[in-house]
This record gives sequence, structure tokens and C-alpha cells, in this order.
Amino acid sequence: MSTRLLQRLFFGAITLFLAAPIVIVAGVSLNERQTLAFPPQGLSWSWYAEIFSDPGWRGALLASLALATLSAALATAIALPLAWFLWRRYAPWANIFRLLGVAPFVLPPVITALGLLSFWVTAGGYGQPWTAVISHAIFFVTLPLVTLTLGLDAIDRSLIEAASTMGADDRTVLRTVVFPLILPNLVCGYAFAFVLSLNEYIVAYMTIGFTLETLPIKIFNALRYGYTPTMASVSIFFIAISALVFTLVARWGDLPRLLGALPSDEH
Amino acid sequence: MRREPPRRAADYAPLVFPALMLLVFFVVPFGTMVAVSFFRRQPGGFYTPDFVLGNYERFLSPFFGNVLAFSLALATLAAICAVALAFPFTYLLTRRPRRVQTRWLIGLLSLLSLSEVIIGFAWSTLFSRTAGITNLLVALGLMSQPRALLPSFGAVLTGMVYQALPYAVLVLYPALVRLDPTLIEAARTLGAHPARAFFNVVVPALRSTIVAALIMVFVFELGSYLLPQILGRPQHWTLSVLITDQAIYQSNMPFAAAMALFLVLLSLALVGLTLLIGRKEGAA
Amino acid sequence: MTGLVLRDISKRFGATTVVDQVQLTVPEGGFVCLLGPSGCGKTTLLRMIAGLEAPSTGAVWLDGEDITAVPTHQRNLGMVFQSLALFPHLSVGENIAYPLRIRGRSRAEQARRTEELLNLIHLPGFGDRPVAKLSGGQRQRVAIARALALSPRLFLLDEPLSALDAKLREAMQVELRQLQQRLGITTIVVTHDQREAMTMADLVVVMGEGRIRQVAAPIEIYRHPADAFVADFIGSTNLIELQLDANGRAWAFGCALPGLLAQGPGRATLSIRPEDLQLTAPGDGAPVGRVSFVRDLGATIETFVEVGGKVLVAVTTPRARAQAQPGDAVGVVLPPENCVVLAS
Repeated sequence: MSTRLLQRLFFGAITLFLAAPIVIVAGVSLNERQTLAFPPQGLSWSWYAEIFSDPGWRGALLASLALATLSAALATAIALPLAWFLWRRYAPWANIFRLLGVAPFVLPPVITALGLLSFWVTAGGYGQPWTAVISHAIFFVTLPLVTLTLGLDAIDRSLIEAASTMGADDRTVLRTVVFPLILPNLVCGYAFAFVLSLNEYIVAYMTIGFTLETLPIKIFNALRYGYTPTMASVSIFFIAISALVFTLVARWGDLPRLLGALPSDEH
Repeated sequence: MRREPPRRAADYAPLVFPALMLLVFFVVPFGTMVAVSFFRRQPGGFYTPDFVLGNYERFLSPFFGNVLAFSLALATLAAICAVALAFPFTYLLTRRPRRVQTRWLIGLLSLLSLSEVIIGFAWSTLFSRTAGITNLLVALGLMSQPRALLPSFGAVLTGMVYQALPYAVLVLYPALVRLDPTLIEAARTLGAHPARAFFNVVVPALRSTIVAALIMVFVFELGSYLLPQILGRPQHWTLSVLITDQAIYQSNMPFAAAMALFLVLLSLALVGLTLLIGRKEGAA
Repeated sequence: MTGLVLRDISKRFGATTVVDQVQLTVPEGGFVCLLGPSGCGKTTLLRMIAGLEAPSTGAVWLDGEDITAVPTHQRNLGMVFQSLALFPHLSVGENIAYPLRIRGRSRAEQARRTEELLNLIHLPGFGDRPVAKLSGGQRQRVAIARALALSPRLFLLDEPLSALDAKLREAMQVELRQLQQRLGITTIVVTHDQREAMTMADLVVVMGEGRIRQVAAPIEIYRHPADAFVADFIGSTNLIELQLDANGRAWAFGCALPGLLAQGPGRATLSIRPEDLQLTAPGDGAPVGRVSFVRDLGATIETFVEVGGKVLVAVTTPRARAQAQPGDAVGVVLPPENCVVLAS
């Protein structure tokens, strides 16, 4: 039974490694005074309230939320017709666009950030908030693209044929059969893009970092110029949001399957 | 609704918006960057359209050579550590029931999406003098006095491994979750100890998956930008940091663009290698 | 002219011809089976009738109207697919009501018709069940009900029973036949199972290599197969090479076969069913063979006889005659009234 124990220990050690920073940061966020101390000396929720009461942090939070909401929507709006076209029509040449969608995500982010920076400087509009929306949308387009492609590929084509034998034309098939079946994938792709946009630093920094602060930018600046436990409370807040979003995704769809497992019979 | 080639002009309609967006906002910026890498830098931070290879010649300087070597070494080391830890971890995870896996996947995805800033902050806290793990060690009597463990190479490495670990798990997940459980069972009926079966059966069977994961994590680590700055000294700065530094603070866009292009080519070559390995494995 | 008419229908995929010059008339209210081995083109033919594939040449006529260019969703058909294709995101009732819903029929009418159909398929009250919770046979029936929701002109089924286990399949064959008789709807079923075709169809269309080999009532096909392919595909048979002399007398295994006359001289193939082949004591000028194997299945006995390098099978019930043992020499009798002479 010692291998069992070793397995348990190993698993536990990794878990500890992964969880420790989070635990420490959580502890630090509850510290009463404005110092970096663990274990916390005196407990206070004030630093969580500060996220909403301090205009600097609140502004950054709103900026992040707005950026995430809009850019995820734009990314999905780009991904949906593309995924649909690649599934509906036989056009191998169009896969180049799939590649273009994946590229910014797979390459080191600094490259995409730099490219977009030089673009906005040259084309004009550098520093405007909407440039960040477009930049993030392009950066994250691969997420809804992948989830939608998976969803569409999973549709049994005989369902489409059956619908047309029952009198549904193309538009009706799209509305009554295809769309309901890919809705979980649509939501999942949006959720991924939303969460990643919230947390993204470098593209946001390079495009609007000098005019607007998103939360990650503000945290980094705070790291350099002045410590406040609000950094910690914001971090925990972000983790909570991410966990919530992914829990919802898991409830609605089959998360292991979305990440590469085969469909199973267990529920 | 049959899958046919597009015939009428209207059939192409869905493609228009995505194609436009991707061409204008990705291809053009990328092209701009390629062009800029050949421009001549003017003192004062401007650059004129030109075609010089001077920016690329700077690659040959010892300074750049050092940074490059360091970046590659750091990324390699971090990738090896991350995959070495992630592989057994993912294996054990995939043997658990589906519900448990889902919970873990939620946690891993949450960690993965965590901003590099936050990870940097969390580990800078953990390594700090006033709130870090040295305090714990002092309390346990293993150390006499709390000490700051950063900035240091070890801190940067730890932070990068931490950042890469969830990513490595998710890259390994599809292959490991589909692994035939009877492989290990067969080995055990033949007398192999479970740990031995793991090393002698599972690891070799997934050799190309491991190599592919190493490459993917390596490319991921190349992109690490904030952690070296937060947890390390300037000598620990990687190529990504240098690129940003040159672009924004040194106002030397052409050089930054040249380095970025180099990074792209390197990444593309490695990703291409990964796909090649994947194809060979599929054909086998 | 009512009913379905196929004229000169062919389908080519690149260089391969999958369906070759098919002519077929299906009377209104008839039950037709397209029967043949896999790859013979029967499913492609069905899909062309449904409009899911376009014929390379030829026309499809329904009730006097050329529907070749009419898209599938306007043909007013009901079709059951091999995979059943039930919508996973809809309940049983919603699946059945789907054709009505997309045509904008009222909720009341949808509910009424759904209930009617659920009763017809013996699944009353199943309306709210999720599709995933049904058994194979229940799913089958829901697919049938859904196809019939709008009382279509044509009812098409592509290997509908292949996913069911043997016992259920037999029960469903009978149910389908009874349902069709009750509704009087023109029905075409694709199958590779000749027992299924024999049970359900008024008319069997035997297909091989893209062409129609024979169209006839089931028992007619069995008794008088048009060629060696049909004879061999339907039931089991013994195929024997004949030599025909100038007088039209037939010779097999070097012996003359009394009572059998055909157009000669030349060669031909003779088909005789195992239950018609008779074994006697050697002598009387009949071909002599040796018993190589006996298979006693309880209800029947199969005797394998080697004659002139070929193995023939005779089937009898145990009471019919004394059983021959392996190694015995036997005479093989081919009663002319049970022989079918086929072109070679």
C-alpha cells in the first residue's frame, strides 16, 4: 500500500504548491493594517470594500469588466460566422482564417502586443479605449472559434437531413436544430474569452496602458510604486470570478469533454 | 443542407466580417512589424522607412546573445520542471472519477487564466521577508531569521513553473484521459509494481505526447514577461522583457520588431515541430 | 398516374457509377423493399427519392408531377434514418411535433396530433420524456411517429431495424407492416435482410451493383429468381452448371436430367433450393455423390453432399427420410418442377 501513500503524498504536494500562493494572498488581503503581513495581524474586510469604494480601483475594475464584456462579444461575433462557414461549406482554402485566428494566441503575447502597438501608432487611434476592445478580440478569437468548431463538428449530419425531410429549409434548420445544439459552446467560448480578457496584461498595457488602467495594469503599478492589501483582495476577487465562470460552464456543458476527453456514459 | 463548395456570392457572406477583421487587425499589424524591423532608427526615438539589416546585426552582440541564451535556458528549464511535475499529476488525475476531474479542471482553468501580475504578486509575497514562507521556517525552527528570497533566479523559476503547471496539465490531459487503463493492468498481471509499470509502460507509450507538451510549454514560457521583472533582477530579464523595454523605454522600435520577428519564427518552427510529431504519432 | 415513378435514374460519384439506369414504379399505398447487399446502391436510390442526393441522370415523378428539382423540404415526405436522428435537445413530444411546429401549426393542434401519434405507436403519455431515456425499440417508434406526423405522401425508411436485437426486430417488422396497412401510405424500406423483405413487402426490388435485378412479390422472387445473383441472395440455393445439348436436354455431372428442357445447345445454371433436393440410394442414372457432412439442427437436418467437385446441400425434417451418414454414397435427384434454369 506504500505506492498508494506515495501517490497521495505527491498529489497533495502538488496541490499544496498550487494552492499555497492563493492562501497566502487571501490571508494578506484580510490584514488590518496597510502592510504586507502573513499570518494577518487583525482581520478586516476593508480591503475588499476598497475595490469598490476607492475611485482608482473602482475605475480600473469597471474598465476591466467593460473591456472583457465587449471584447469577448466581439471575439465571439468574429468566430461564429467563421466557424459556421467552415462547417457548412466545403472550402479548404478558408482554413487560412482558422490559422489566423489561432496564431495570436499561440505565439508569445508580446509579439501580438507589439504588432498591435505599431499598428495603432501608425493608423491612428493609439490610446483610445476601443483599440483595446479590438485588440483583445483579435487576441482571443481562437477561444470561441475552437469551442464552436467542436460543437458544430459534433452535430450528427443526419439530424440536419431529418429536419429537411420534415419540411425545414436552411434557415429553419439553423434556427431550430443547429443553434440550440451549439449554444453551450457559444457560451463557453464567450466565458473563456471574458475571463482571459479580465486577466490580460500585456496587450492592454501596450495599447491603452498610458491612458487607461485596467486592473492588471493597476496591480502592476501598485507593485512598483506602493503596496496596498487591495492588490491582494483584487487578486482573490479575480480568482473567485474565474472559478464562478468556469463552474457555470461546467454545469451547463461537459467540461472534461470540452478539454479533450471522450464523451462518457457516466453522469 | 449538404456540404458543398460555395456557389453564389451570397454563400460567401458569413466569411466577410471575420476575414476583414483578421486581415486588418492581425495580418496588417504583423506586416507592419515585419516592415518596421527593417527600418532605420533615428536618434530621438523616431524611425524612417528604410531597408537596413542593422537591427538584425545587433543580434550578434554579446549583450543580445546573453539575453537570448538566458531566455532559452530559462524556458527550457521551466518547461522540463513543469512537465515533469505535470505528467504524473495529470495521470493520477485522469484515474479519478469524472466528477472529481471536473472540479479539478475548474480549479486549473481558474489558475491558468490568472493574470501573470497576480501570480507575480502572490509569489513575491510568498518569498518576502515579512509575509513569506521563511516566516514559517523560522516558526518551525529551521531558520533563525526571516529572509527575502527574491529577487533571485530561483524565485523567477518557481514563478514560471507555477504559471506553466496548469497549462502543462491541460496540454497533457487529452492524451492521458484517453489512455487505455488496461495497459497498466496488463503490466501488473505480468508482475510489475505499479510505479514500475508507470515508468516502463505509460511513459514510453506517451513519449511523443511528452515531447509535444515540452515544446508547447517551452513556447508558452518564452512569452513570460512580467514574472522575470517582478521576481528577478535585470540580469534575469528575458527576451520578451527586452523587446518591450526597447520598444517603449528605449524608443527603438526597429530593434524591438526585429527581435519580435525572431521570436515568432522560433515559436512557429517549434509549433510546426509539435504538429509534425503529432502527425507521425497519428500515422503510426 | 399516381404513385412513385423513377425513370432512367443514375448516380455517379466521379468515375464510380453507384446507381445504374433504374426504372421503377411503386403503386400508391404499396409497401416496397429495396433489397440487396451493402454497396448495391439501395440507400443512394432512397436518398435520391428523398431529394438528399441529386440524380446524375433521370427523373423522379410523384403523383404525376416531376419532383426531381424540388428540394427535400418541399417534397412532403416522412423519412426514418438508420441512426434515427432524434433531436437530442427536444423531448419525445417535441420531436414528434417538430414538423407541425415549423409549419406554424397551433399549439392545440400540435398537442392533439402528438397524442394521437403516441397512441398509434403504443407509447401514451411519453410526451415529456427526454429522448436519451428511451430504449432502442421506443426510440424507433418515436422516429416513425415523427415521420408520419404530417401524413406524408411517401414514407421512406433506411435500414430502420438494423440497430435492434433479433427478437425486437422480428416484432417490429410485423408492427411496421400492420401500421402501413392501417394508414395505407406508400412505403419504401431499404434493407439487406431478406427475411425482413419477405415479411413486410408487397413488392421486393432486388438490387445488385447499382442495377435492379428483379422486381416481384416476395414468394415469386423466391420460387422464380431471375438470375444467379437473385437466386443466391434470397434464401440459400444450390447452383449447378448445366450443359444443354442440341435437343435442349440438360446434362449435369455427366448425367442426363430427365424432364428438364431448355433452349440449347450451350451452357446454363440451374438453381434448386435445398429443401427440394432429394437424396436416394445410388443407381437409376442419377448423379452419385458422397456425403461429406451432416448438420442436425433439431428442427431440420442439413446434409452436405460432394458431387463432381461441388458441394450441394439438402435440407429435410428428421421424419422425412432415413438419415445419411458422412461417407455414404447417395444419388442426387433434381425434380424438374423445382428447378429454375437461369442464363449462365
